[in-house]
Amino acid sequence: MKKQLTLSKEYLKGLWDQNPVFKQALGLCPVLAVTVSAINGIAMALATTFVLTSASLIISSIRKLIPTQVRIAAYILIIATFVTIVDLVMKAQFPELSKALGPYIPLIVVNCLILGRQEAFSSKNTVGRSLLDSLGMGTGFLIALFVLGGLREIFGTGTLLGIQVMPDFYEPWLVMILPAGAFLTLGLLFGAANSYLQKKEQDEKNYLIEKYLKAKKEADEMGGQAKWN
Amino acid sequence: MELILIFFSAAIVNNFVLAYFLGICPFIGVSGKITSAFSMGMATTFVMTITAIVTWLIYHLLLVPFQLEFLQYVSFILVIASLVQFVEMFVKKVSQPLYRALGIFLPLITTNCAILGLALFMVLKDYSFIQGVVYGVGAGAGFTLAITVMAGIREELDLADVPKPFKGVPITLIVAGLLALAFMGFSGLISI
Repeated sequence: MKKQLTLSKEYLKGLWDQNPVFKQALGLCPVLAVTVSAINGIAMALATTFVLTSASLIISSIRKLIPTQVRIAAYILIIATFVTIVDLVMKAQFPELSKALGPYIPLIVVNCLILGRQEAFSSKNTVGRSLLDSLGMGTGFLIALFVLGGLREIFGTGTLLGIQVMPDFYEPWLVMILPAGAFLTLGLLFGAANSYLQKKEQDEKNYLIEKYLKAKKEADEMGGQAKWN
Repeated sequence: MELILIFFSAAIVNNFVLAYFLGICPFIGVSGKITSAFSMGMATTFVMTITAIVTWLIYHLLLVPFQLEFLQYVSFILVIASLVQFVEMFVKKVSQPLYRALGIFLPLITTNCAILGLALFMVLKDYSFIQGVVYGVGAGAGFTLAITVMAGIREELDLADVPKPFKGVPITLIVAGLLALAFMGFSGLISI
């Protein structure tokens, strides 16, 4: 039996330790497609978080009622229902954003992040934990989308959330707002995250090795003394 | 003529993977070997064509007459999931060699966003039945092209000296970015 995490850790793990985008490479389609600007990224992440949280809430509360054989179909139906709600609300309240995100809102249905969390977490855990988990994952998703969208917007148009941030002489890199820019930026970010992690891992390893050597030396000295006596 | 345009537009100019970012998961995950990538592409094309036919019929003969358009996501995803299951059973019964070639890839296709994307784009663009089918075949061909080219590059990448943090997903994404740049050369070729 795996050790239960504390409740705050249950939420926080989604932010970085198990960040859905940078660590698990889940749900990359919307990540790449809508991050032309930071505001699009935020809207997409909020929509996804809403669907993820509501679906988790429902699925974790009826997890014992769903027969195992048809669980995937049941999950997909529940997710699709919430996606329909989000889509209709966005069309009514934020027609501009809804147009900008286009078919990527309905495509939340097949976002592997959502189905993955239901299968891996909500179907096995209590309602409270599932809620925290999905909120954490949603926040992690938001961070990733905001970073990617923000970078692409800054370099691609010289603005952030519509406000000019680059000096006037800055020539926008058109490539950043084209599809190619999405792949390149995410690739570089991924590489940066990996390189940071590997360095941290190496540091930890070095620290452990040092500790081991020190302990061994001490033990040897002790042993030597013991022999001497 | 218009049909040919739709085909090439879906396959090359507005390539599903490189321009619309649909089907990234198998693109990153499966495209390690040319042969398996090609099989995956063929299986996807197959399902895409059938999906185009079935979803068009459902949308125009069932949802529109009864004014149930808001149910389209729920019904499309259910149709796709059961369709994939059905295709798998059918192929297994009819052709064992084909089943062995496609078999393991078929279940993966349900969660491929390119399939649902195809159905949604088809409704959005208001295609007629024939146009929709051609669009489906074209999108499948484009997916096959992208994933096979990618697999070819990745086979070479295994031998290349990639910096350690960039091994795996990051370098694949960067290569995909360069491919997308290359495919941009086709834009303006057809405007549809």
